[in-house]
Amino acid sequence: MTALASATQHATGSHPAADQPDEARAVGARKITPYLLLIPGLAWLVLFFIVPMVQLAVVSLESKFPGYPGYYYLDLAVWNYRDALSEFWPHIIRSFVFAGVATILAFIIGYPLAYAMAFKAGKWRNVMMILVIAPFFTSFILRTIAWRQILADEGPVASTLNALHLLPGGHITETWVAVVAGLTYNFLPFMTLPIYSSLERIDPKIIEAGGDLYANGFTTFHKVTLPMSMPGVLAGTLMTFIPASGDYVNAELLGSDISTKMVGNAIESQFFRVPGGYPTAAALSFTLMAIILVMLFAYTRKFGTENLL
Amino acid sequence: MAGFFSSSSMGELRTAKGDLHLDRVTKRFGDFVAVDDLSLTVPRGSFFALLGPSGCGKTTNLRMIAGLEQPTSGRVMIGDVDLTGSRPYQRPVNTVFQSYALFPHLTVRENVAFGPKRRGESGAMAKADEALALVQMSHLAGRKPPQMSGGQQQRVAVARALVNRPEVLLLDEPLGALDLKLRREMQVELKRIQTSVGLTFIHVTHDQEEAMTMADTVAVMNHGRIEQQGAPAELYDLPRTRFVARFLGQANLFDAPIVGTDGDYLIVENAGQRFGVKKSRSTVTSGTVSYGVRPEKLRLDETEPTDLRPNECLVGPGRVTDVSFTGVSTQYIVEVPGFPPASVFEQNLDVDPIVTHVGDEVWLRWNASHAFAVAPEEQK
Repeated sequence: MTALASATQHATGSHPAADQPDEARAVGARKITPYLLLIPGLAWLVLFFIVPMVQLAVVSLESKFPGYPGYYYLDLAVWNYRDALSEFWPHIIRSFVFAGVATILAFIIGYPLAYAMAFKAGKWRNVMMILVIAPFFTSFILRTIAWRQILADEGPVASTLNALHLLPGGHITETWVAVVAGLTYNFLPFMTLPIYSSLERIDPKIIEAGGDLYANGFTTFHKVTLPMSMPGVLAGTLMTFIPASGDYVNAELLGSDISTKMVGNAIESQFFRVPGGYPTAAALSFTLMAIILVMLFAYTRKFGTENLL
Repeated sequence: MAGFFSSSSMGELRTAKGDLHLDRVTKRFGDFVAVDDLSLTVPRGSFFALLGPSGCGKTTNLRMIAGLEQPTSGRVMIGDVDLTGSRPYQRPVNTVFQSYALFPHLTVRENVAFGPKRRGESGAMAKADEALALVQMSHLAGRKPPQMSGGQQQRVAVARALVNRPEVLLLDEPLGALDLKLRREMQVELKRIQTSVGLTFIHVTHDQEEAMTMADTVAVMNHGRIEQQGAPAELYDLPRTRFVARFLGQANLFDAPIVGTDGDYLIVENAGQRFGVKKSRSTVTSGTVSYGVRPEKLRLDETEPTDLRPNECLVGPGRVTDVSFTGVSTQYIVEVPGFPPASVFEQNLDVDPIVTHVGDEVWLRWNASHAFAVAPEEQK
């Protein structure tokens, strides 16, 4: 807006004797243009984000119409939230624990990968980049099913570990390990790419300067490289943690029937399978969103929003 | 100091005092020889400039002193301590990088305190404040580098290196990104700082004026070798290669055969005219030479002079093809048949300076004792 205003001022200022109405019309058009450009995006957001959101909020406060399954009426049923939480709190906790562990694992795997791509890959950089992105060429569901094969009891991982007697219980699939492994795998690129892009922007001379100023390799990483890549780490952890905590595909395909279900699975079953489950599904969705917003707020307060932008 | 830190995870910081020596240093990148069997001594406490065109190896040379590159062969020494093979953080050497390379996530004060903190010195912040005062940046100590101008960042970069009191401070074209006025100011400023702290400064630049203004000693580099080294005035007055003559200031050069001697002078001949050059000012005593005179040593005459002194050489008539007024002096380009176009600087001492115009017929004369002669082709 400031740039716009000063541009306008400049335009009028530089032609004091110019034809006034023409000038005014040109200025007016220039002021409107940015808003015109916003219309398609705004319309999309209103139609597919704001409206459904309001609708969801309304549904979360509705009650079942007695005797007419599938019909609801609005009676500000805030106890829907209480009921949903008392039944599904383990799912919610599991969601955040799984997403948290997956985020930490993705960071442990993704940071060295991004670092290697940014500083050590040389001519292999593009190949590595393609390998990181390549999974997007196939369906998310298919890849998760493929993990089911890899981790299955007869598969290479479980059979090897079993042969070595290293797998208590004898299974990987149907356990939380498989769900977390699936989440970690599926969200790894979302961790790696933002970190890579912030590492890649660092002038190598700045890292050399660390060495020049008496910091050895480890200290330079700790004091210079890591802090400078924090924007990428922040973006990567959010882009992993938020969608992972709402994910239900991994728990559905790799987990067991009960003990590894996440909140996404509860919402899905309440919505599609349980008769009259709409209000509960809506209440769970809102609860999930609220918790994520609070966590996001606390996280960015701690690490600084200016790093995120 | 070194003993104390050798046990820490930092690795040993070498203590070394004295002159910097490069001993037959060569650096190859694949087939490309960046620095070619170069030996150099920089006396402790001097301001030394490495001057040369881009790609001449001057920056590679600097990076080998810093430890950011290792020589393919040869040794880097300070005093009698051999630093070859040691890591940058083990050397008592600091660099002011061309792009400043300040840490953007740290404040100015933290940037400057970075070195002392890594060395585990007490009062790192106080030392940083002292260094910032030296470069007159105390008022911006709390800022972060991205919020500052190029000139300000430059001063901080100097402070960040100086605060460590390194045995050798390296400056890698530190003024390259500044505008002309700021560059002049910083030249004076850096010289003042160097004089007040008394450290060895090695300054890499492609700007001959910058090198001559600041340095006690200038080494002119070309193709990975030092062509000539000496005090700025000495290099300018008596270049010993054609490359130095042309790179350091302007030089009017023409190739001519030696046809005889006359006392202390060698006599060369070109376009039917004979010119003298002192034997002591020629690197060649037979065959063909490149005969050179600096533009400000030439005098213009609008009529054929009759008052020629014994030592004076004369060519002409020629024609003025260009006149450019530069304030203090005026530059004329004069074409004399049989010679390359000559550049002449005349001081604007009169009220109405320009009396000679394009197309005028002129004669050029100079004192033969000001001339120099070098080998005609650059020796590869």
